[in-house]
Amino acid sequence: MFTNFFYELKKAKVPVSLREYLTLLEGMDAGVPGYRIDDFYYMSRCILVKDEKHLDKFDKVFGEVFKGLEFMREAEDAEIPLDWLQALAEKVLTDEEKKLVESLGGFEKLMETLKQRLEEQKKRHEGGNKWIGTAGTSPFGNKGYNPEGVRIGGEEKGRQGKAVKVWQNREYKNLDDTVELGTRNIKVALRRLRKFAREGAETELDISDTIRSTARNAGYLDIKMVAERHNKIKVLLFFDIGGSMDSHIKMCEELFSAAKTEFKNLEFFYFHNCLYEGVWKDNRRRHNDKTTTFQVLHTFPHDYKVIFVGDASMSPYEIVYPGGSVEHWNEESGEVWLKRTLDIYQKAVWLNPVPEKHWDYTPSIQIVRQIFTNRMFPLTLDGLDRAMRELNR
Amino acid sequence: MKFTGTDSYVATEDLMVAVNASIALQRPLLIKGEPGTGKTVLAHEVAKALGKNLIQWHVKSTTKAQQGLYEYDAVSRLRDSQLGDDRVHDISNYIVKGKLWEAFTADSSPVLLIDEIDKADIEFPNDLLQELDRMEFYVYETQQTIKAVNRPLVMITSNNEKELPDAFLRRCFFHYIKFPDRDTMQQIVDVHFPDIQRDLVREALNIFFEIRDVPGLKKKPSTSELLDWLKLLMVEALPVEILREKDPKKLIPPLHGALLKNEQDVHLFERLAFLSKRERT
Repeated sequence: MFTNFFYELKKAKVPVSLREYLTLLEGMDAGVPGYRIDDFYYMSRCILVKDEKHLDKFDKVFGEVFKGLEFMREAEDAEIPLDWLQALAEKVLTDEEKKLVESLGGFEKLMETLKQRLEEQKKRHEGGNKWIGTAGTSPFGNKGYNPEGVRIGGEEKGRQGKAVKVWQNREYKNLDDTVELGTRNIKVALRRLRKFAREGAETELDISDTIRSTARNAGYLDIKMVAERHNKIKVLLFFDIGGSMDSHIKMCEELFSAAKTEFKNLEFFYFHNCLYEGVWKDNRRRHNDKTTTFQVLHTFPHDYKVIFVGDASMSPYEIVYPGGSVEHWNEESGEVWLKRTLDIYQKAVWLNPVPEKHWDYTPSIQIVRQIFTNRMFPLTLDGLDRAMRELNR
Repeated sequence: MKFTGTDSYVATEDLMVAVNASIALQRPLLIKGEPGTGKTVLAHEVAKALGKNLIQWHVKSTTKAQQGLYEYDAVSRLRDSQLGDDRVHDISNYIVKGKLWEAFTADSSPVLLIDEIDKADIEFPNDLLQELDRMEFYVYETQQTIKAVNRPLVMITSNNEKELPDAFLRRCFFHYIKFPDRDTMQQIVDVHFPDIQRDLVREALNIFFEIRDVPGLKKKPSTSELLDWLKLLMVEALPVEILREKDPKKLIPPLHGALLKNEQDVHLFERLAFLSKRERT
């Protein structure tokens, strides 16, 4: 009955299985939702969606599949994606651009038309010559050909090259740790880091100690207990994200996924290019939800093992000089921050997805390597193995 | 048998449908949401509304799935055997029943609350798959099968500290308690403090939603914190004027300790207050 709905959900990447579908039918059979469409919506939502991050996708699919039912309010369809508007707010026009804007009847007019079109437009748009979207010829959108265009979000490839300052808000994808393909080998390599210790509540019978104590106790039982064995290793992971790291994203996702399941005490943070005074945990909120690096250094004790993952490919200024960061003004240089971190954590390595043979051609890699006193390893199985050995020494 | 909220718990429509669906189809209901939005309280209220017993299983980081079924107290049996106690011949004397066993064998179908399932080990939910699905388990020591006479209504809460395995999720219904909007919040306050002054509530809600909007708070205050704060305001019998006062020197709301729970948040708030004061002068 709802096969179409089911497949649309699957297509939208909401993880649904046959089991949930059958449950839905069972629920309809039992007459749980009665005859109201709202109830049907609520029930199907609580049966088919298992995580709040899928709620939005579900709503969209539900709206599309049951369009005829006049359930979804019209206004919601035309909602403008937040990142568009954010990018719009960030847009600072130069004088040159302002002059160009005149050709369309001035900035005010342009913005008004833009707003009007955003309201008219109901879906994200690609191509075409009127609607806002990407790769079109309308003055609104991104990667367009109209010189008086307003750029909305997005990052130009090619033109940027080696950026000196990128003030624009950039959206990076959070690392997805669901990638399972190929992570097994990485897990095996990470396993080297395991260190078992008995800590916490004593829940297991210690046989040898019990026998010894019982013998001493003239044959009367003297039970001895010990705590269960746990993996005690503690890992702090710093990930470089965005920019030149984009080409290595798959490898990093795999590493991240493996590390997340392998270590119970794993803390991770993101940084961009080089470590400065702030790191963040969620890329979508990186601009307003930063943790100061000092706080990280003060929170995690020195017995944490630290792994940096990054290509260390940047302009040397970004490491050596204060204010060298491409994204913000940094009071102290990246070098100071890296050294500060290394002073606290004796066991630290840098994993580099760039092949080892290319390292000599990039000065910044050499600098970072020096700071890390040669503890930089390529992000290959072999390199990972060497890195784990280094951490375990 | 339908759950429609109680006189002390305001349930939104989607929550009611979720609870009723899990009652009708006899599936466990997994509840998530911000801390303090009434996940645990829901189970209490459902039990009260339906006139069922509530069996609570509070999960900790050391909790094992087996403890919910039963435990075999081998150590005391060993000790008894040394002392020549007669009880030792019957193994069932040393089987300690767990919460699931209790729920399965209850006379009338109870509500079983598995609270904060995400606190336990990663494998914990996987170890309960069969038990929650078939509502039965096998006791190896006494070789008997414990089967639910009346299937209990299982409610599970999670604070999202760990991801739950897919196989487990597939067997559950899921509901995410959204943070209540202003109207719902007003209703909730009305239910809890029926004779509080209207304008006090209005001012308090203003301040409350303002605080929630402050960017960068580590822990946003939630429903339970609001209720605590209102209780304090009533106990202290603070006049409404104090809340309404826009004196820049007193931008920190009175008795803020109930709303802001860590010192960084209080600092942040003080700093913002200071900034806005400077803007005005």
